[in-house]
Amino acid sequence: MSCAPLSVSQLRFTYPGEHHAALEGIDIEVAAGERVALLGPNGSGKTTFVMHLNGLLELQDGAITVGDLAMQESNLREIRRRVGAVFQDADDQLFMPTVRDDVAFGPANLGVTGDELDRLVVETLERVGAGALIDRSPHHLSGGEKRRVAIATVLSMSPHLLVLDEPTSGLDPAGRRELIDLLAGLPQTQMIVTHDLPFALQICPRSVIISGGRVVADGPTRELLADTALLAQHRLELPFGFDPTRV
Amino acid sequence: MTTVLAMHAPDGFLEPGVAVATAVIALVAIAAGLRGAGRELGDRQIPLAGIAAAFIFAAQMFNFPVAAGTTGHLLGGALAAVLLGPWVGMLVVSVVVVVQALLFADGGLTALGYNVLNMAVVTAFGGWAMFRLARRFLPRSASGIVGASALAAGVSVVLSASAFSIEWLFGASAPVPFDTVFGAMVGVHVLIGIGEAVLTGLVVGAVMASRPDLVAGATDLSAGERAQRGRVGMKPFVIGGVLATVAFATVVSQFAVDNPDGLEKVAIDQGFIDTAQDHAFGSFIFADYATSGVGNETLSLAIAGLFGAAVTLAVGFGLFSASRSGRRSSGAAV
Amino acid sequence: MSGAHANGSAVDSLHVDIESVVHRLAPEAKLVALVGFVVAVALTPRTSVWAFGVYAVAIWLVVFVSHVPARVVLRRLAVIVPFVLFAVLIPFIGGGEQTTVLGVSLSVDGLWAMWNILAKASIGATASIVLSATTRVPDVLTGLTRLRVPRVLVAIIAFMMRYLDLLVRQLGRMRTSMTARCHDPRWLWQVKPIASSAGALFVRSYERGERVHQAMLARGYTGTMPTLDRRPATAVDWSRAASLPVVAVVTLIVAVVR
Repeated sequence: MSCAPLSVSQLRFTYPGEHHAALEGIDIEVAAGERVALLGPNGSGKTTFVMHLNGLLELQDGAITVGDLAMQESNLREIRRRVGAVFQDADDQLFMPTVRDDVAFGPANLGVTGDELDRLVVETLERVGAGALIDRSPHHLSGGEKRRVAIATVLSMSPHLLVLDEPTSGLDPAGRRELIDLLAGLPQTQMIVTHDLPFALQICPRSVIISGGRVVADGPTRELLADTALLAQHRLELPFGFDPTRV
Repeated sequence: MTTVLAMHAPDGFLEPGVAVATAVIALVAIAAGLRGAGRELGDRQIPLAGIAAAFIFAAQMFNFPVAAGTTGHLLGGALAAVLLGPWVGMLVVSVVVVVQALLFADGGLTALGYNVLNMAVVTAFGGWAMFRLARRFLPRSASGIVGASALAAGVSVVLSASAFSIEWLFGASAPVPFDTVFGAMVGVHVLIGIGEAVLTGLVVGAVMASRPDLVAGATDLSAGERAQRGRVGMKPFVIGGVLATVAFATVVSQFAVDNPDGLEKVAIDQGFIDTAQDHAFGSFIFADYATSGVGNETLSLAIAGLFGAAVTLAVGFGLFSASRSGRRSSGAAV
Repeated sequence: MSGAHANGSAVDSLHVDIESVVHRLAPEAKLVALVGFVVAVALTPRTSVWAFGVYAVAIWLVVFVSHVPARVVLRRLAVIVPFVLFAVLIPFIGGGEQTTVLGVSLSVDGLWAMWNILAKASIGATASIVLSATTRVPDVLTGLTRLRVPRVLVAIIAFMMRYLDLLVRQLGRMRTSMTARCHDPRWLWQVKPIASSAGALFVRSYERGERVHQAMLARGYTGTMPTLDRRPATAVDWSRAASLPVVAVVTLIVAVVR
């Protein structure tokens, strides 16, 4: 049996009350330790896809397996532990009064308590380089700090797979570089939704392009980004002067 | 500027008896609100009610112009009820009022009972009652919802002021006769009500235009009805609001001033006077200022009785229709 | 990302970030002390003028010990001004026995009522200000939880405080963009753009509420908030905090018995 951290086959989804399917049969398999970039224009179905990965949208058609668990109601709790989702707007992710409580929220829901919880929170924050922020309020943090803490809030649940939605949005260049260092140093399998193609190239050896609810390309990031016709066809653009074959 | 009187009363404003009695009512209301909101929102209750409370708080901080540079601000009870439903709406405004007292020193902690009652319970349920009532006479369309919200908001402010006046009757801390307080409170709040009506109508209108599915008071409209929007200019809208409120106030004052005999009769028939007097004199912590300085003691008690009945009726009707519509929507909940 | 202090943050300005005995007390002890104190003050007969003197000295002693600058307390006391104005009116419109001061006839009972409201309102408000100036919002929330306030209610308050500044800033930005386009309304019938932006803010808030709910679900939320509490109040905390309400209750008893 397959024990890939994530395996998706023939995933289809239509939002209630709409005629067009948002996802028209997605197949993706991610191997342990891989970092995969998920690219695609706005409205391509990336977010809908990501919402499926920890059961925030109900499975209509197709199959998702996380490790050895099929996506179904009885496995939802364990799947949500294994798949750590970091949302695009860190203010949605950081909803508790302090950084400490936010990082503790996930493991506490899993039943971790007392000194063990305290230790876990401190360790996780140290790991993302945010140990000093533990007693701060989330709304006092800078963009880069918020992003780190947001990642810590799911790392504290010891996930197997990290799913990050636009992690570089709103970061200044230094914050972006620090984020790259952080993600590159994490052992977890990662799936990163992004519009930032140089970022994808730098951190993800493999990329998947989703367009119109289908996977239109899946391969080494460097090759995909060198295919100018493919990029143009799916409204993907490299920054001016950026040459992926020469990085 | 405009909310000088009824809102956020400090410690010591009414006698302890009224403070305790209203605190009990407010506690029951908040507990019921938690249950009602839990029923309507399920496990979305905490984030949605919390952020909605932040919205009402923010909206209250936002000044809008009234006339020639004077400004006012929203109270938001009726707005919250129309947008979120009466249970969630009441809960959310209560939370705002409690936090304003506890952390912002805005309103006394020992005055929380009557502040929550007047600003959250009466405005949300009174407003909701008026909203349901008005919708019976208004077209089933987006404009109908906007009109009903505006009317509900205007009336909710006047109801709130009436509720305060009645509490004053039972627990005044000063020798100001009930009818003076009542006249001043209702008079001032008719003006405030106009601003509240216009603002609430416009805010609900803006939400109806972009996300009509979020307006709790409009869940029974079909997609086609939601899209129906009459083109009403701002000036007619404001002038209409003013006329409606003035008409309302005139009716109120006619009742109160010109027809004492009729009132008295109603009050005696209904036994209001006896109960009112029992309350007024029954306990040492309830002050008896209602009698001092009033020419006609019976009259003032009768007015109080009538308005007590009106406020109670409005809130009761709001509660009734809330529990009915709550049951209906929970059946169809996604 | 501008700093958190831009555009006048409502929540951040509450806490005065210094060290003191009062700051260090457990929040639940402070909450109980605050409520005990204001209830005693509210119950005190208004004719016991000396008792209010004791209360004022007691609460200002706490202000002094907490190192919160007096001007901060005084500035925040401004919220009671509308009611002060009302209280000052009472002697003029009050009935009953009259006295003449500087040729103006005033109600004796009205003067007492004015004094009652002024004294209780200012002492009560000062006590609330001391609490919020010396206790960070997350700690107040912890205190409420420890005092068995229903967890759902505390959580709703927590979410409100968490997102309040965010919303106020959004509203501020909308207003700035309106002013930038020369919209400076002065009359009620010009408020439509303001109301529209408030409507838009509601929609955004609601949508944020739904996204936050999803973020909670993604981290294992099942409808009950987890308990995250650690260090409850010690006996030292309780005894220190109790000093204020004990003074008040003793004063109250003396005032009533005499």
